[in-house]
Amino acid sequence: MNATMRHLLPLLLLAVIATGCQEMYDQPKVKPLAKSDFFSDGFGARQPIAGTVARGHMKLDDQLYTGKAPVGAATPAGDSGAAAVPSQWATSDRSWTFPMPVTREVLARGHEQFNVFCSPCHGKLGDGKGMIVQRGFKAPPSFHEERLRTAPPGYVFSVITNGFGVMYSYASRVPVNDRWAIAAYIKALQLSQNMDASQLTPQQQRGLEGKK
Amino acid sequence: MSQIFHRSSNMMARLSILVIGGIAMGAVFFLFAYNRSDYFTNVHVAREQPVPFSHARHVGQNGIDCRYCHTSVTESNFAGIPPTETCMTCHSQVLPDAPMLEPVRASFRTGKPLEWTRVHDLPDFVYFNHSIHVAKGVGCVTCHGQVDKMPLLWKTNTLQMDWCLNCHRNPEEYLRPREHVFDMNWKLPAGENQTELGKKLVKQYNVNVHQLTNCSICHR
Ligand code: HEC
Ligand code: HEC
Ligand code: HEC
Ligand code: HEC
Ligand code: HEC
Ligand code: HEC
Repeated sequence: MNATMRHLLPLLLLAVIATGCQEMYDQPKVKPLAKSDFFSDGFGARQPIAGTVARGHMKLDDQLYTGKAPVGAATPAGDSGAAAVPSQWATSDRSWTFPMPVTREVLARGHEQFNVFCSPCHGKLGDGKGMIVQRGFKAPPSFHEERLRTAPPGYVFSVITNGFGVMYSYASRVPVNDRWAIAAYIKALQLSQNMDASQLTPQQQRGLEGKK
Repeated sequence: MSQIFHRSSNMMARLSILVIGGIAMGAVFFLFAYNRSDYFTNVHVAREQPVPFSHARHVGQNGIDCRYCHTSVTESNFAGIPPTETCMTCHSQVLPDAPMLEPVRASFRTGKPLEWTRVHDLPDFVYFNHSIHVAKGVGCVTCHGQVDKMPLLWKTNTLQMDWCLNCHRNPEEYLRPREHVFDMNWKLPAGENQTELGKKLVKQYNVNVHQLTNCSICHR
C-alpha cells in the first residue's frame, strides 16, 4: 500500500460512516399521528384498554362533567320565586350555577374560545349569522331570543358537550373547563345585548359610545 | 537541444491549477447553493393532498381560526392535524354532495383516517415545540408564511439549523404581542420600532436569550 492510499483509506471510511448518518433523519420511532406497521390496525397512537381510567381523569364531579345541577341545588325558582324561571326551564335538570368561580380571567378565556370554536356559525355577537352560515350551513337560533337568554349555563355546557340537532359535539376539542368558560361568556354576551344602558356607570356609557 | 516543453507550458500549468481550484470551489459553492435551493428543501413547492384542502378558502375567505383545526398548537409540541370529524362539523351541511369531498365522507363512514402528505418534517434528531413559541409571541406567519393565501400548502422557510438560530440569537427582531400570534395580517403599529417592541416583549415574557443557542435545546 503506498502513502496516498494510506491517507485516503480513513477518508473513505469517514465518507461511508457519514452516509450512514442519514438514518438519523428518519428514526424508527412513532411520531404523533404517524402510521405504524407494527400494529394490525395501522395506528401509531394506541387507545387505552376499555374500562381503564388514566390518573387524574376519573370524572367524579357530576356537575363539572355533565352540566347537571348538583343534587339538592337551589334553582332561581327556589331563591326568588317561580316567576324568575320561564316555564320551559323550570323542570330542567341543568345546572344554574358554575362549578368554579367566574372571574375576569374565566370570561376572557371564554371570549377567546368562543371566537375560535363558535363564532364561525353563531357569529361574534351570538346572533347566528356567522360566516359558515352565510356559506350554506343551517342557521342556528340567536342567543338573544327569550328561550336561550333564560337558559341555565349548564344547558349551554351540555349543548357543547353532546351537540344539538345538526351541530356536532365539540367535546373532543374543547376541554371541560373551557366549555364552562364559554357558557359564562355567552351569559355575559346575552346580558350585554339586553341590558338597559342607563344602568351603566357614566364612564361605561361613554365607553359604549366609543369615547374614552 | 531543444526544450521538451514550450515556454508557454509554465503558463498552462499555472492556469490549470487555477482552473482545477476553481472547479473545486465551484463544486463546494454548488453544494451549498443546492443545499439551500428550493429544489432541495422543497420551499415554495406545493404538495398534492388526498383532498385539495385550501387554507386560502378556509382561513383567508371564511376566517376560520387556526385553533379550530390545529387544536393542540397552544398546549403541545405537536400542532395537530384535524381528524375527519372536524371537517364534517361543517361539511355535513356545506357542499354535502360535492365529489371533491367524497374522500372525506368515505373516511367518516369507514373510520379510516385521511392520509395527508407532510409538508414540514424536521429530521428526527431535532426537538421542536409549538406551544413555547406561541406562548412567547412568535406568530404562525413568521415561520409558516401567509398560509391564508395558499390554495395548497407549501413551506416558506427552509427549517434548516441556521434559520432557527437566526431567530434564537435575536428573537427581539421577530416577537409580537401574544394576542396577535394567530393573526396572519398583523402589522407593527405605526410609529413603533420592531427592535424596541421586541426587547420589551423579551423582558415581559421572560425569554431566556442567552441559553437559546445551546445545542441541547434542540438536540436532546
Ligand atoms: C358548524 C356550525 C356551528 C358551530 C361551530 C357551533 N354551532 Fe351551535 N348550533 C349550530 C346550529 C346549526 C344550531 C341549531 C341546531 C338545530 O336546530 O339543528 C346550533 C345550536 C346551538 C345552541 C342552541 C340549542 C337550542 O336549544 O336551540 C347552542 C346553545 C349552541 N349551538 C352553542 C354553541 C357553542 C357554545 C358553540 C362553540 C363551542 C357552538 N354552538 C358552535 C351550529 C354551530
Ligand atoms: C379548516 C381546518 C383548518 C384550519 C382553520 C387551518 N388549517 Fe392548517 N391544515 C389543515 C389540514 C387538513 C392540513 C393538512 C393538509 C395540508 O397540509 O394542507 C393542514 C396543514 C397545515 C400545515 C402544514 C402541516 C404539514 O404537513 O407540515 C400548516 C403549517 C398549517 N396547516 C398552518 C395553519 C395555520 C397557520 C392556520 C391558521 C392561520 C391554519 N393552518 C388553519 C386544516 C386547517
Ligand atoms: C368551519 C367550517 C369548515 C370546516 C371545519 C371545514 N370546511 Fe371545507 N369549506 C367550508 C366552506 C364554507 C367552504 C366553501 C364553500 C363554498 O364556497 O360554497 C369549504 C370548501 C371546501 C372545499 C371545496 C374546495 C374549495 O376550496 O372551495 C374542500 C375540498 C374542503 N372545503 C375541504 C375540507 C376539509 C378536508 C376539511 C377538514 C380538514 C374542511 N374542509 C373543513 C367550511 C369548512
Ligand atoms: C418557530 C417557528 C414556528 C411557529 C411560530 C409555528 N410553527 Fe408550525 N411548524 C414549525 C416547524 C419547524 C414544524 C415541523 C415540525 C416537525 O417536523 O416536527 C411545524 C409544523 C406544523 C404543523 C404540522 C404538524 C406538526 O406539528 O408537526 C402544523 C399543522 C403547524 N406547524 C401549524 C402551526 C400553527 C397553526 C402555528 C401558529 C399557532 C404554528 N405552526 C407556528 C415551525 C413553527
Ligand atoms: C422567529 C423566531 C424563532 C424561530 C424561527 C425559532 N424559534 Fe425556537 N424559540 C423562539 C423563542 C422566542 C423561544 C422561547 C425561549 C424562552 O422562552 O426562553 C424559543 C424556544 C424554543 C425551544 C424551547 C426552549 C426551552 O427552553 O425549552 C425549542 C426546543 C426551540 N425553540 C426549537 C426551535 C427549532 C428547532 C427551530 C427551527 C426549526 C426554532 N426553534 C425556530 C423563537 C424562535
Ligand atoms: C434552534 C435549534 C438548534 C440549535 C440550538 C442547534 N441546532 Fe443543530 N440542527 C437544528 C436543526 C433544525 C437541524 C436540521 C437541519 C436539516 O434539516 O438538515 C440541525 C442539524 C444539525 C446537525 C446535522 C447537520 C446535517 O446536515 O445533517 C448537526 C451536526 C448539528 N445540528 C449540530 C449542532 C450543534 C453542535 C449545536 C450547538 C452548537 C446545534 N446543532 C444547535 C437545530 C438546532
